[in-house]
Amino acid sequence: MNRTTGTRPATPPKTVTPRPARRRGPRRHTHRDLAVLCVLLGLPILLDLALVWGPTLASVALSFTTWDGVGDIHWAGLNNYADLFADYPQFWPAVRNNLLWLAALGLLATPFGLLLAVLIDRGVRFSRLYQSTLYMPVVLSLAVVGFIAQLILSRDQGALNALLGRQDHPVDWLGDPDLNIWMILLAACWRHTGYVMILYLAGLKSVDPELKEAAAIDGANERQAFFRVVLPALRPVNVIVGVITVIEALRAFDIVYAVNKGRNGLELLSVLVTDNIIGEASRIGFGSAIAVVLLLVSLGFIITYLVQELRGEQRR
Amino acid sequence: MTVSAVRVRRPARPGGPPGRRGRFGVHAFLLAVSLAFLAPLLLAVYASLRPYEETARDGYFSLPDRLSLGYYRQAFTDSGMGRHFLNSLLITVPGVLITLFLASFTAFAVARLRLRGSLLLLMVFTAGNLLPQQVIVTPLYVLFNKVPLPYWMSDSLTLYDSLWAVLAVQVAFQLGFCVFVLANFLRTLPPEILEAAIVDGAGVWTRYRHVTLPLCRPALAALGTLQFTWMYNDFLWGLVFLSTGDKLPVTSALNNLRGQFFTDYNLLAAGSVIVALPTIVVFLLLQRHFIAGLTLGANKG
Repeated sequence: MNRTTGTRPATPPKTVTPRPARRRGPRRHTHRDLAVLCVLLGLPILLDLALVWGPTLASVALSFTTWDGVGDIHWAGLNNYADLFADYPQFWPAVRNNLLWLAALGLLATPFGLLLAVLIDRGVRFSRLYQSTLYMPVVLSLAVVGFIAQLILSRDQGALNALLGRQDHPVDWLGDPDLNIWMILLAACWRHTGYVMILYLAGLKSVDPELKEAAAIDGANERQAFFRVVLPALRPVNVIVGVITVIEALRAFDIVYAVNKGRNGLELLSVLVTDNIIGEASRIGFGSAIAVVLLLVSLGFIITYLVQELRGEQRR
Repeated sequence: MTVSAVRVRRPARPGGPPGRRGRFGVHAFLLAVSLAFLAPLLLAVYASLRPYEETARDGYFSLPDRLSLGYYRQAFTDSGMGRHFLNSLLITVPGVLITLFLASFTAFAVARLRLRGSLLLLMVFTAGNLLPQQVIVTPLYVLFNKVPLPYWMSDSLTLYDSLWAVLAVQVAFQLGFCVFVLANFLRTLPPEILEAAIVDGAGVWTRYRHVTLPLCRPALAALGTLQFTWMYNDFLWGLVFLSTGDKLPVTSALNNLRGQFFTDYNLLAAGSVIVALPTIVVFLLLQRHFIAGLTLGANKG
């Protein structure tokens, strides 16, 4: 990191000098200004608190209750959590699947996206065309991806069985609970790769070519230059890609829901939450407990990310 | 565009030309990957044009006896995709506009007004966007069921099971991302522009509307494209907050094409193509903006 800042000596003094000159008297707003601020700043804040943060806190509170959504709310202490960890057969498979999702996106799709970005960034011909094609799956809804996956993978008429010549002994790619999660992960990676590629492509364009030159002069070969110089310089992009990967892995829902409503081997935490609140059971307290587990995991990553951002802010 | 970029960059590259032998391999690899990435889409289009009986008999990789747009007609007539498209439009268009308006003002206030606590505010918005959607679904479901609306706004008489609910959630949830991106964008602009306006006695609204907003235009175009796709593609909100089948947006309605006991995958393929078409067209037309939108938030040194 020091290496990167070292190449731009102009930045540090810039942030220091204007500070004393800063007018620290924000009370220069007129009444009209204040009214505009109250309405136009207040509205988004209100929306964010009422529809995002409020419900988040409410989820935490509800997770300690038993409630069916209609009758009285009863305090249940940690019962929901105890049930969840001990007696809910779908819970641990869902956790496992969410972790697999994270591993697949992080260890397969992300490096592959980076590789594609590096190859395209080297300036091959038709790079624009490759870029658009590889990005195409990202603009599709995950639900659509789920349906296309069925077209290819369904047991009796799926294209894959036809391609493998297995119509007589068809493999049930999506129905076999030992197999289907891997197939769905492949579809998820299909989409995530393009996303990662675009982010890295933009990052690579902003890396100072002088850095690479300096590395070459020092005798680094292409591989060394990439891993020791370019990749560290891409740190902000790495952080973003990391955050997106984690969030996508935790949020995963649409594909499995489109395929088989997230049952029979495709359980995910997000599916369990949805099932418990909109299903016939309507176990809102219990569903909230699952949501809180999801929240705690995400918050760990979100806070790490925000701390990184804050540090960057101070360096500016 | 590409060619000139290559030409400019080449002399700057250290160590002379980068081994010609690698070129062919790279092309072959990229071409293979691109084809593999496109194949599922092409297959879906092909399948959607062929009758079920034919593919059931000969498989998807057979040559067609006849091609028709019958499934597309069926998707529109039998399952009323047109109606669902309208729903998507009613949510997405106001959703994008309201989000961009509120977010641009918030970003302006956070990044350029030197208000106390603006950093905290930015963090609250950013973190909110990163929460998994399911965490907030339950309380919102309960809340929306309790909020009454007059009949002319919602025939369910509550916020629940009305397009307003989906619109509100979309705006609230996406605000975080837009504020984050726009605030980062505004920070890169020189402060002198605003200072001149302050000297001229411009109020907060004028500084936002006449000085900052015009500068945001490229960022807003980029974000708008991106937000359109995201809101249009959303699957969960419609599923959870709407119970009347007719009100579903097109993405969530795709499920309707699936039969209880028998699923005609060719019809499903046609439905998928119909749903995917708008985002693909938008992407191909506005590719530059689209990618700028994604990287605006990510790419700040």
